[in-house]
Amino acid sequence: MTILPKNEVNFEEEMGNYNFSAAKSLKLKNAMGYNTRRIVEEGICVSDLCIDGLEYLFQKRLLVKEEIDALILVTQSADYIMPPTSNIIQGHFDLKQDMICMDINQGCAGFIIGLLQAFMLLEQEEIKKVVLLNADVLSRKVSKRDRNSNPLIGDGASITIVEKINESKKIYANVKMDGTGASALMIPAGGFKLPSNSETSKMLEDIAGNFRSLENLVMKGDEVFNFVQREVPPMIEMLLQKANLKKEEIQYYMFHQPNKFMLNKLADKLEVSREKMPSNIVEKFGNSSGVSIPTAIVSNLNGNLIKENYLMCLAGFGVGLTWASMIIEIGNLTFCELKEF
Amino acid sequence: MKERIIKILTDIRPEFDFTKKINFIENGMLDSFDIVSLVTALDEEFSISIDGMDILPGNFSSIDKIGELLNKKGIR
Repeated sequence: MTILPKNEVNFEEEMGNYNFSAAKSLKLKNAMGYNTRRIVEEGICVSDLCIDGLEYLFQKRLLVKEEIDALILVTQSADYIMPPTSNIIQGHFDLKQDMICMDINQGCAGFIIGLLQAFMLLEQEEIKKVVLLNADVLSRKVSKRDRNSNPLIGDGASITIVEKINESKKIYANVKMDGTGASALMIPAGGFKLPSNSETSKMLEDIAGNFRSLENLVMKGDEVFNFVQREVPPMIEMLLQKANLKKEEIQYYMFHQPNKFMLNKLADKLEVSREKMPSNIVEKFGNSSGVSIPTAIVSNLNGNLIKENYLMCLAGFGVGLTWASMIIEIGNLTFCELKEF
Repeated sequence: MKERIIKILTDIRPEFDFTKKINFIENGMLDSFDIVSLVTALDEEFSISIDGMDILPGNFSSIDKIGELLNKKGIR
């Protein structure tokens, strides 16, 4: 299930914030997928989105509190530096103490990283059901006058139930990390390395005319684009080889959606049709980091996933730098829906 | 082909003269967002898909450089 804020903002209404001409903005709107996006109202945190979704599942009896053995929250926008937000969510619902809660600081590859962590937990005999939460409210950390990031940023949360089944089905995955590129996507101030102070909150203009402070998210767009085009196609080819599958045997390529241009270039490079690799989420809801893959699945396949199974290739890439992919059959789900907050 | 490239470039940044033999990137005539618009327009105009790995500023610094990219895609 995906939980998206009701609050929708429109690119054309915000164009005046960026130092583009109107003509240039409209050209980019089409190429990059700048359109509408969902962002939280002031003060809303990832715990609010997750609690809203879990409350709904409990009320509908789609999830039973007592059956949850682990709660994983993948986020880059935790409520506090400490304690973990997953503990706060556990406490809110007064879930059983005999469970494990963990926060994972990951972004655009966070859905796959979270699934892998859930699979590892399920290897434990006592753990039978894992609730994987992916959530981010990074719009709160992006400068409204930063044309690199603001036109695309979206907020949201997803809830995925991962549990043991009796059937034996293979899942293939690979994960790669390169910390030498860590500065390509970061929020420089506000942690222990550079605590927030009056200097870090000052808005400064960069060479391209963007205004942001050290407490805002900064993305080196060119570096991220080149990293994705260089690393992702060989990762997918390698995974298909490992799974002994041909590209056409995969029914859907549900990839993270940073922007439409980047995704379409990946589809062309991999020679995958645009129909099999949807790029419609970023222009409808924005780029919500680790929530974009589950949103793509829920929004494009929704009710079909209750009745059918689909062989999918998932891929996420971004902060870290991290890139990860997975070939997995998804289907016969108990629920698959998009909820507004 | 050159005329078609110049027309596309002029449509993106009408304030500059792209017939001049100068480096478009070093002279601030194209930024990274212009390159996105340029690649999209070239892909449409010539019915190709420029490889993501080739989308580097240096490959869009002159008409000749852009022509070389198109040559790689079989456009003469």
